[in-house]
Amino acid sequence: MSAAPSSTQKNISPDAIGQRPVLTVENLTVSFDGFKAVDDLSLSIAERELRVIIGPNGAGKTTLLDMICGKTRPTSGHIRFRNTELTQLEEYEIVRAGVGRKFQNPSIYEDLTVRENLEISIPQAHGVWASILFRRTPQVRARIEEIANQINLQDHLAKKSGLLSHGQKQWLEIGMLLMQEPELLLLDEPVAGMSPRERELTADLLRTISLGKSLVVIEHDMDFVKSIASKVTVLHQGRLLSEGTIEQVQKDPRVIDVYLGH
Amino acid sequence: MNASKFNSEYIAHAAIALLLLVVLPMLVDPFWLGNLGKYVAFAFVAVGLVLAWGYCGILSLGQGIFFGIGGYAMAMFLKLEASAPNLPDFMEWSSVEVLPTWWEPSKYFAVTLLEIFLLPIIIAFPFGYAIFRKRVSGVYFAIVTIALAMTMTVLIIGQQGDTGGANGITDFKTLLGMDVISPEARRNIYFLEVVLLIAVAAFSAMLLHTRFGKILIAIRDREDRVRFSGYDTAMVKAFVFTLAAIMSSMGGALFTLQVGLVSPTLIGAVASVEMVIFAALGGRLSVPGAIVGALVVGFTKSWLSEQFPQTWLFLLCLMFIASVGLLPNGIAGGIQRIFSSKEQA
Repeated sequence: MSAAPSSTQKNISPDAIGQRPVLTVENLTVSFDGFKAVDDLSLSIAERELRVIIGPNGAGKTTLLDMICGKTRPTSGHIRFRNTELTQLEEYEIVRAGVGRKFQNPSIYEDLTVRENLEISIPQAHGVWASILFRRTPQVRARIEEIANQINLQDHLAKKSGLLSHGQKQWLEIGMLLMQEPELLLLDEPVAGMSPRERELTADLLRTISLGKSLVVIEHDMDFVKSIASKVTVLHQGRLLSEGTIEQVQKDPRVIDVYLGH
Repeated sequence: MNASKFNSEYIAHAAIALLLLVVLPMLVDPFWLGNLGKYVAFAFVAVGLVLAWGYCGILSLGQGIFFGIGGYAMAMFLKLEASAPNLPDFMEWSSVEVLPTWWEPSKYFAVTLLEIFLLPIIIAFPFGYAIFRKRVSGVYFAIVTIALAMTMTVLIIGQQGDTGGANGITDFKTLLGMDVISPEARRNIYFLEVVLLIAVAAFSAMLLHTRFGKILIAIRDREDRVRFSGYDTAMVKAFVFTLAAIMSSMGGALFTLQVGLVSPTLIGAVASVEMVIFAALGGRLSVPGAIVGALVVGFTKSWLSEQFPQTWLFLLCLMFIASVGLLPNGIAGGIQRIFSSKEQA
């Protein structure tokens, strides 16, 4: 299995790695009819970090990802991805800047084959004319094969993706993100509905991805969190409750109080 | 399996070309050939709807607007030629004494041809892009378009002296000196229509086989995901909506040429909904299917109204209800189902 290629690591001078964060969220607030789903939240994600965000229902986890990827507009605050302010950009512009988003329910094109699903996600032909003139070159085929191998779907390329199992659909969506060659991946409950074996494979997959890219993962399953995370952020009622290694967070009395204790 | 699907599509295109170019012209009399020409003109709209509605999920109930643009552009040119050096007769009846300025371009055939292709682009693209950017889609888009189709008829009927009003524009004689009303001329126009239709159908089928075609399906099924794959979906939708508009406009222009008249009833809300029925009945996911749909609905309408002058509309209604109930993907979908069940057996 090939690790995520480093050819996509553009715009970074080697000495910047590990110093400047990929993503900085500053004083982010969004209110829906007076209810603050995310309230004055600040956090930052480092290069090649795999960050897990946990928190009880309604803590604002999904809303946070929605704001980063442009689905929801924040009421105030900033989101900076490298040197780009994301809060004013359209969804597709944020994607082109290098941020990929996976949704909670597998969001794939069920009427298309696995290969076509992956092919559509190739970033080199986003325009109308480019997509009409697009040809499936050997490089494109190789790239699709490579990603399909990584997400364990190499034997299902010609299958209609609607026929895949739930876990395979989750993988396919992760594969579609990888095709986009993002530098930051936002994953919302990637192992929901997966078997224990599928969870293990997914944990391996995420660890491999994090060798070359940054990830933000929302997860509920504490065993899964333990198996992938180096750093965990706990949200509660739209605010940052605690941040640290999984052990630190689990010992934090505030976290035990609102979340883990139940 | 994909290869056989491709082959059967190829065969369907060839069969329609053969039917329209050879078989039907040999079998039918000039009167029915004229009618056939009318249905072929509507088939252009149906093919456009396969792209926009069937593949991209954009249900437009206003294709009559673009059919009207092409139809009126052609009619204005033919009318000026027929009445030269005088003003068109309907203008004289409404005591319009000078040719309205917006009629001036219609003196030139080249400009008329440009209008047929450019006006739908100028109107459909900015309108489409603006409205798709605002994320207006589905039923709401259908309502907006049907309202525009109604507005357009009101506008035309209200300007009796400039547009011929409710009667429309008719009584043409020649096109660049060539006769357009004799049976031979109509026959030639019919063949011109069919050749253009085959070109449009082939272009559409090719387009659907590119990555662009897959993106249309993806937008129809999960527009959000396509946006989060980095596409400006409003741009893609506006593009395909514009293509459908151009095809409608071509159909309208050929209709006017073939039938010898254009009127507001042909382009209003009712007509626009009927155009969607062609695609629905024939199969909105199939280019050849939509052409067959336009032919079948057109023929059934003419035939039923001759046989049952009192009740034909009810019969037509029943046919639609039955076909939507029994064949959700139209005639083409039904045929595909028969073939795929045979393949499995």
